[in-house]
Amino acid sequence: MRYVDEFRDPELIRRASDEIRRLAATGRHYRIMEVCGGHTHAIYRFGLKDILPDNIELIHGPGCPVCVLPMGRIDDGLAVAKSADVVFAAFGDMMRVPGTHGSPFEHKARGADVRIVYSPADALQLARKNPAKHVMFFAIGFETTAPSTALTLMRAKAEDITNFSVFCNHVTIIPAIRAILDSPDMRLDGFIGPGHVSTVIGCRPYEWIAKAEGKPVVTSGFEPLDLLQSIVMLLRQLQAGEARVENQYKRVVPWEGNRAALRAMAEVFQLRPYFEWRGLGFISQSALKIRDEYASIISRHTLTGSLNLASCSHEIGATCSTPSGSA
Amino acid sequence: MCLAIPGKIVELAEHLPGEAVLGTVEVAGVRRKVDLGLLKDDMPRTGDWVLIHVGFAMTKISELDALEQMQLLTMLGETEQAMQEVRGYGLEDGVDVKEMRTKTK
Repeated sequence: MRYVDEFRDPELIRRASDEIRRLAATGRHYRIMEVCGGHTHAIYRFGLKDILPDNIELIHGPGCPVCVLPMGRIDDGLAVAKSADVVFAAFGDMMRVPGTHGSPFEHKARGADVRIVYSPADALQLARKNPAKHVMFFAIGFETTAPSTALTLMRAKAEDITNFSVFCNHVTIIPAIRAILDSPDMRLDGFIGPGHVSTVIGCRPYEWIAKAEGKPVVTSGFEPLDLLQSIVMLLRQLQAGEARVENQYKRVVPWEGNRAALRAMAEVFQLRPYFEWRGLGFISQSALKIRDEYASIISRHTLTGSLNLASCSHEIGATCSTPSGSA
Repeated sequence: MCLAIPGKIVELAEHLPGEAVLGTVEVAGVRRKVDLGLLKDDMPRTGDWVLIHVGFAMTKISELDALEQMQLLTMLGETEQAMQEVRGYGLEDGVDVKEMRTKTK
């Protein structure tokens, strides 16, 4: 039986950290990467690095989809928003991210119709309520968020809503991990696997990391004890010379993932041949593009005049020049 | 955007042929409609708890885990942000499942 207070129990934290110290006593230097931005945040917030011995090093991975977005993508999205009858809708995290000519908020200050939404469903709702305007949702996020964008496009199509489009910057986590493992100067021993991405993709996609690369992966929750337990599980595997995928976050992450979410993504998206990641460069098949049958519902006349095609020169591997603006 | 917010299903909207499935969740006393479409293979019932991300229910969770998740958000200092997000979900005004037009193509 588990009690709520168990995760705040300093005794359990102490036991986990003692176990980590015991396992780390060999003195071998371990380099563990946490992929997910939420884990990075939790590690800092809970001061977990102070609990770990010096020979356990936590390396922060590319887990923030806002941070890995190249400036050109923001420029391209904002170029569409310059038109008077276009509403640029995005999550709050995007609003202060700088483009070449300013951030979305700065564009708003200069008269563009820029709005914060908390859900792609809200952006579609804006389109329903503003038939005279075109709402463009600037979509970002890993596989946690992509299914919601996919469902929203399916809803838009089912309702024949033509004043709605999505500028799609969804990225996928596995190619990023692969790129990191392929990097010659990056030596890693194991991974703390993402928590919420894994509720969608499950644990199976990480198996190649264990089987082909020989690195253990433990998908983790976000509590301090979750992360410490995950590190214990990784160290035990490393000491035993094992490399498997384990799920520490069983209470939330199903091994097979969310089939309905994966179906929605497959229905609406296809992989871009490659995509540029800020800090990592070009990674093949690492980002999602909307399939033509979902892009094509958007009126091709709506944005032809307003879309500044010259500014789309950054767009590589995707047809940004479709007048729908849904690139 | 990164938040997973726990909420209790208090009301379910009708299913429609166009698969619009909304539910009303309650998060710390605030009620908002969220999209349940990602849980269509195992629909939650009234009284179930779900984890919500950008206005969509991602998975069902136990009441215990929901309580812990809320406490975790507090420990991370993200409760204010979470409540702002929930309050900001825009499906409240004017989305009537019955009014949603569906067209077969």
